[in-house]
Parts: sequence; C-alpha cells; structure tokens
Amino acid sequence: MAGIEKYLRKSALPHIWCPGCGNGILLAAILRAIDKLGLDQKKTVIVSGIGCSSRASGYMNFNTVHTAHGRALTFATGIKLAKPELNVIVLTGDGDSTAIGGNHFIHAARRNVDLTTVIFNNNIYGMTGGQYSPLTPMNAKATTAPFGHIERSFDIAALAIAAGATYVARGTAFHAQLLTDLVVKGIENKGFSVIDAITQCPISYGRKNKMGTAADMLAWQRDSAVMVQAVSKMKPEDLEGKFVIGELYRSVAPEYTAEYDKLIARVAKKGGK
Amino acid sequence: MAKAQLMQGNQACAVGALAAGVTFFAGYPITPSTEVAEILAEMLPKFGGKFIQMEDEIASMGAVCGAALTGAKAITATSGPGFSLKQELIGYASMAEIPCVIVNVQRLGPSTGKPTSPAQGDVMQARWGSHGDRGVIALSPTSVRETFDITVKAFNFAEKFRTPVILLLDEVVGHMRETVVLPESGDVEVIDRKRPAGPPEDYQAFKPEADGVAPMADFGEGYYYHVTGLVHDYKGMPSQNNALTTELIDRLHTKIERARDEITIYHQDYTDDAEVLVIAYGGTTRAAIAAVKEARAKGVKAGLLTLVTIWPFPGEVVAKAAAKAKTVIVPELNYGQLVGEIERYVPREKVVSLTRYDGELFRPEEILNPIITAGGGK
Ligand SMILES: Cc1ncc(C[n+]2csc(CCOP(=O)(O)OP(=O)(O)O)c2C)c(N)n1
Ligand code: SF4
Repeated sequence: MAGIEKYLRKSALPHIWCPGCGNGILLAAILRAIDKLGLDQKKTVIVSGIGCSSRASGYMNFNTVHTAHGRALTFATGIKLAKPELNVIVLTGDGDSTAIGGNHFIHAARRNVDLTTVIFNNNIYGMTGGQYSPLTPMNAKATTAPFGHIERSFDIAALAIAAGATYVARGTAFHAQLLTDLVVKGIENKGFSVIDAITQCPISYGRKNKMGTAADMLAWQRDSAVMVQAVSKMKPEDLEGKFVIGELYRSVAPEYTAEYDKLIARVAKKGGK
Repeated sequence: MAKAQLMQGNQACAVGALAAGVTFFAGYPITPSTEVAEILAEMLPKFGGKFIQMEDEIASMGAVCGAALTGAKAITATSGPGFSLKQELIGYASMAEIPCVIVNVQRLGPSTGKPTSPAQGDVMQARWGSHGDRGVIALSPTSVRETFDITVKAFNFAEKFRTPVILLLDEVVGHMRETVVLPESGDVEVIDRKRPAGPPEDYQAFKPEADGVAPMADFGEGYYYHVTGLVHDYKGMPSQNNALTTELIDRLHTKIERARDEITIYHQDYTDDAEVLVIAYGGTTRAAIAAVKEARAKGVKAGLLTLVTIWPFPGEVVAKAAAKAKTVIVPELNYGQLVGEIERYVPREKVVSLTRYDGELFRPEEILNPIITAGGGK
C-alpha cells in the first residue's frame, strides 16, 4: 500500500466488501496507476455508479461522485465537458455499465469523450445478492437463473470497440500489475478508454457456481487468461474457455471535448468570454 | 437603451438562462421544449459555454449534475415524458444538493398524450415525481417577459439553496410570441453559490451554515469531497445513523421552507374587494384576467390571484387572498391538481374547480360564466 496511502480516505475505512472480494485489489491497482502517472490529485475526479464495485469511489481521496445505478458515464460526461482539464476516471460494475447503463456506455464510446472507465467485471449483480447480469455466462447459475442462465453474455471489449472506444483492454484481479499498466495506458489515451477488469465475487457468484474460495477463483483467472501477445501462436481450440488479456485495441479519433473547444474557438465572439 | 423585440416564451427562457450566467446545457429533444435547446446550442459556444445533446433525458440530467459539480450553472429542458425519466436524478440532485435548473414545458399526458397541446398536468409530478421526500422549488411564469425573469430567479434559487429548481412552463407560454423589453445585463440580479473560504482540509461539503446551506467547492480546486445519493454525513460519506438521516431530510425541506417569503412570487389583480376570487397560474392566467375584467365590467367584484411559485405551495398567500371571497374559482389545464392544495387553505365549499384536459385552452367565457354565477349575476 505504500505510495498509494495518500489517495485513500482513511476515515472511510474499513471498506464494506466481503472477505476475498476482488474489488480491493482492483482499487489498489487503479490507485497505483494514478500514482505512476503522477496525476494531480486536485485535477482528478472519480465517478462511480451503484453496486459493490461502485463503492470504491468513497474510499478514494479526490473529488468523488457515487452517482445513480448505471449513470456514472452521464455524470462523467458532464464533468469532463464542463471542465476538460480534469482527469475523469469512471469505476463501474458489469451490471451498472452494460445493463442499466448500456446505452450511456455505447454513446460515451461513440463520442470518444476522454474518460477512463474501469469495469469491475464479476459476472454478477453483487450488491443485490447475485442476480444475473449481462456478463453472466450462459449456463451459469444466479439467484434469478436458478436453472442456469439461458442468455448469451456481452463481450465488453468487442462492444466497446464497435461503439467507438479508442482504447480497450482487459485485465484481472490476479494480474494486478498488468492491470495497473493497462489503466495507465487508458488514462494516457486522449479518448474513451475501457478496461474490462475481471474480478472475483466469491459470495454472490462463486458460491452459487461452485468456484471454491477466493483463492480458487484467482487461480481460475490465472489459468483462464491468455496474454494477447500469445494468441497468434495458439490454435482456436486452445482458446476454448479462455479469455484474452492485455491491450486489445487502440485507435485515434477526434475526442469530444477537444472538438467542442475547437468549435468554441470557431464561433466565439470577439471579446466574449 | 433596451429595445423592444418579438420573442417566444421558450426563447425568453434561453435568454434568461444566459442572463443568469448559464454555462452548460444537456438535453434530449422533445416537443414543446426544443427551442430552448436549439437556441442554447447556438448561443452557448459563443460565450465559451457547453451544449450537448445526450442520448436520453436520464443522461441529460446526469450530465447537468456532473457539470454543476465543476461549478457550472447548468440547465436542461424537456416535457412530460422526459421529465418522468429525469425524476430519479432530480431526486439525486436534491439529496446531493446540486444546483441546477430543469425546464418542463408541459404537454398533455399521460404518456405521449398530445405532444403539441397545452396542459398543466405536471404540477404534482414536479412536487412528488421523484421517490422519497424533499423540499421542492417549482416556478410557473405567465408571459414571455416573465419567463425571462423567472428563469433568472430559478438559477438564483438553485444557487442560493443548492437545489434543483423546476421551471414549469406550459405550451401556451413556451410558444407564445410577445413584444418584450428585456433589462440591460447589469440590471439583472445574479446570485452565485457560496464557495468555501477556509482551508481545504477543514472543508465539509454538507455542513450547513445558519441558512441551512453549505458552501460548495468546484471540482478541481482541491477541496476533496464525496458526493452520493445515499444518506451521508457532513463530509458526504454514507451513513446509517438515524439521527443524521432525520437531520438531513429535515434540512432538504427546511432550507427551502425557511426562505418561503423570498421564494413566493405571485400577482394580485383586483383582489382587495374581490368576492369571487380566481386563482390561476401559467398560461391559464390570460383567460382568467380577461374573465375577471369582464366580470368587473358587469358589476361583479371579481379578482385574480396568480401563483408564479407553485412549490413550496404559497398557502398563506392563498388563505389571505381568499379570506374575504365567497367563492374561489380554480381553472387548470388538468383533471384538478393544484385545486387540492388550495382546498387545504380555503374551505372546500367555497372552491370551484374548473378543469380542461382536451388539449385546448380555456376561453375567457368559460371562466367568466362561473364567476357571474357565483357573483349572483345573470
Ligand atoms: C434504478 C435502480 N435499479 C436497481 C437498483 C438496485 N441495484 C443496486 S446495485 C445493483 C446491481 C449492481 O451490480 P453490478 O453493477 O454488476 O455491480 P456489483 O455489485 O456486482 O459490483 C442493482 C440492480 C438501483 N440501485 N437503482
Ligand atoms: S457481494 Fe461479491 S462483489 Fe459484493 S462485496 Fe461481496 S464479494 Fe464483493
């Protein structure tokens, strides 16, 4: 924790997360990324939605907003557009960002607003006790899918790329150092960055799906993740049941708030503010 | 010298917002409110302000809240269906004490109803639309010029009391064209939110001062604080404490209640000796004043009380104005919304509710006839 302590609101601790929850690891990885970049604490804003993961903002000593379920990106868009000099980092759950907030997610990507969104992807609705989310895999169990889930799940990275995000990556709680690097690159990208951060919810998801302890779930992340650099050397059947981690996509496109500033420069009256 | 110009109500709203110092608009198009967005889309960037058309009304309300936290004066404009969508975040803005202005140019509902028809059907939605319980400021101007003034007031109240303020226009006022003379910019009173003076370490973003309102730091200035829709302590941190919960919910009401006199805006015409009192608001006032004048010409002592502030409901003003009257007539373009509130301050047997919800305006004679009947005329 050394180095990142100054970014924690000690008075807000202890946190509310269950023992073994991956959210704390992700929070630390994000704070390390902020530290590594030496972001000005004053100029950094953390925005979150609603869910276990979205409680992370409360533990972080910045200007922080814990918004409404699914709406983090709308607040973040307002903050960034109104004051583009701020670094705006969005923390959200998989349900928060892709179910109730799905529409905002694709539009933030399309606009390419300079936001870095870290999705705490635990495949489930944690806070409400384990109902299925758009990221619950087919056949997995949830309190609202007692017979196994019959919907297909989203691939967040593919969704983000298709919608126009300019930096897309995937990491895990197990690969915490990699996650820090991915968040660093996401923040550095001038545009909409998405980091799909796979994390374990041993209580609401793991238990129901017989995934063992938190340590077992971390081992599952280790064994199921394939570094993106390795994919080209693998046969399709080797990738069965695996997921790819690392930087998945990068492109350059006009960034919304910068475009707006250009618009202002074009139309601003002489002498106008 | 200020010059006369022909202007629409929605335009006066946009111009009023600019006079109040608006720097941010987020919205989603809906009739009959769209002119507010269209005008601000053109005007805001000229002054360095920001306009964004979001993907829906919920997103717009979120963006407005976010912008306001950075110090911007932020506004959104919508109509009934969009107003419904915004309700969760209007409640959030109340709870998190985020100043902003929400314009609702009402149309006939429920549902998509009659998009281009005038109505006053959102009076109760403005008060109770969002879940839970909170103090609400909602203002309803009656003319184009008044829309300008009341939009400025809406921003001033939002900033002063750190609360969302609802501007209830109706289609009549929003789309009506009138010749107006607007004040010079220096003649408009503009109020800005209190900013903290002490060191950032001591800052408590939700610790009220004597007026019930805490100073608000702009994001990015180094006053770190947490904003949440959860019940929270003075620092903004979530809390389960019961006493603190009561204190917070109380304050969301009392900071507004306490300023009731300042917030209450109304007009009285011929009320001093009125035996028949008409109470109207918004676009309905126009037929009401024509009816009252006509009744006077026919020898009936009629008067008009116009309520511009709808919430907090000006009960004392209503009670006082109605005390001497034998009959109180309440015309509304809805099934009878504000009349229920009026009956809390005026004996029910004195009150006559006039409603119209077919998408047409009241004609003056529809209000005149009951005045004459009540006044004992023929
Ligand atoms: C409008 C609204 N609908 C539903 C809820 C209830 N709710 C709270 S958290 C949550 C799910 C959160 O799941 P996710 O975003 O995946 O985050 P996690 O808790 O798993 O970190 C839901 C449905 C709410 N707060 N607001
Ligand atoms: S329910 Fe799951 S996601 Fe929520 S704190 Fe517990 S382990 Fe973490």
